[in-house]
Amino acid sequence: MLDYSILIDHWDVYMQGFANTLKASVLALIGSLAIGTVMAVFRIAPIRPLNWIGAAYVEFIRNIPLILIVFVFFVGLPAIGIRFDSFTAGTLGLTVYTAAFIAEVIRAGILAVPKGQMEAARSSGLTYLQAMWYIILPQAVKIVIPPMGNQFINLVKNSSVLGVIAGLDLMYFGDLISSETFVTFDVYIFVALFYLLLTIPLSLGVGALERRLAKSR
Amino acid sequence: MFKTIWKKMIGLGLVAMLSATALVGCSSETTTENKTDNKKEQAAETTLDKIKERGKLVVGVKYDLNLFGLKNPQTGEVEGFDIDIAKGLAKKILGDENKIELKEVTSKTRIPMLNNGEIDAIIATMTITEERKKEVDFSDVYFMAGQSLLVKKDSNINGIADVNKEGVTVLTAKGSTSAQNIRAKAPKATVLEFENYAEAFTALKAGQGDALTTDNALLFGMAKQDPNFRVVDETFSEEPYGIAVRKGDKELLDVINEYLKEIKANGEYDKIYEKWIGEKPKQ
Repeated sequence: MLDYSILIDHWDVYMQGFANTLKASVLALIGSLAIGTVMAVFRIAPIRPLNWIGAAYVEFIRNIPLILIVFVFFVGLPAIGIRFDSFTAGTLGLTVYTAAFIAEVIRAGILAVPKGQMEAARSSGLTYLQAMWYIILPQAVKIVIPPMGNQFINLVKNSSVLGVIAGLDLMYFGDLISSETFVTFDVYIFVALFYLLLTIPLSLGVGALERRLAKSR
Repeated sequence: MFKTIWKKMIGLGLVAMLSATALVGCSSETTTENKTDNKKEQAAETTLDKIKERGKLVVGVKYDLNLFGLKNPQTGEVEGFDIDIAKGLAKKILGDENKIELKEVTSKTRIPMLNNGEIDAIIATMTITEERKKEVDFSDVYFMAGQSLLVKKDSNINGIADVNKEGVTVLTAKGSTSAQNIRAKAPKATVLEFENYAEAFTALKAGQGDALTTDNALLFGMAKQDPNFRVVDETFSEEPYGIAVRKGDKELLDVINEYLKEIKANGEYDKIYEKWIGEKPKQ
């Protein structure tokens, strides 16, 4: 049986961790969606240097372990005088990392929109950016909802990387509670439950969104 | 058929082994009893006699602890503060610092190895505690360890009082007693805990905290590795290291204490201390 006294005795600590995990996830989600979209458009835009930047970003970032990217923000940048606290460094690392995957998801979505859409929009007098924003991206978003949901769920779970750099998230406090009480199993079961509390609604939300958008398609 | 024979044989072997160890246990008990009970010194050999007879001192030391007892991977030699103390002791007893055999011990194995006679003494960063005094006899303190702080060379932190302030961040390793101690003694400071001390030190180097806390023995090693950092003088927990011998080994213990007094008086101790710790011992 689970030892609920651990949860009750350390409720404040669990809550603080949960709040920070939620905060890091939301911030990283918004940030990575923005950077990812820009990078996806860069990779597709009819301007060579932008293609290179987009491709370099994706190939470089997604092929490095997340923890190393986080370390770059936490202990690498301070060497050149830019210092973030552990929570910020962790969230930035997570954002940059997830953005590379989101860029690929969105790029796939854009490419799945029939070419005629862009041609029609351009011949109607829209600029490339306008056509992208008003015509292509809205259609691409519908296509990429399922893989995007995957990325968001991964993001929430990956936020546990903050625990390694003392980022005050769920995982960090889980480690502390476990080393204080010498209980391992129960402590991390509760940590897992708190992650589920974030990821399951996210999963359901993505599913609902998918169904709604499918109707409008 | 064969199976049952095997079972019987294994069973017999186990019984034989058990009774043998039980007998050994009994006999060693009686000898120590003799030693302590009989006030008159009997002809029974003391550990000191045995050491002189075999012409070498066997000491249990650590092989994996920087500055105190570390096996140098290039030379294969074990080196450190504890080793130099042990060699000096061999010189004191046998007149030659090379008449020594070093055996690797860990915190777990050192007392059993001492009590079953594999080693004559333990010189392995062993903290003198009441609990351990029930099992072994300790010499005088030969190194005063304690929890301290590692800070930047130009930092104005000089003790625990300077970190017990809002906005000061202290780094340490997850689940260490150091973390509990610092929380109790500097409740106003922010304590961040990392996976291990190497990571905490990396974070300190990157300016992610104002101080790193753990035992000074570890901190001296870090300060030696990166001279931009120093260990503050104050320790806020006391972990006196002692040399341990078997219970009742009074002759050997007396020689060890005499030796420690000697080297502290003649400056040899200071030399060893400075060689490994990088600074003079504070009084």
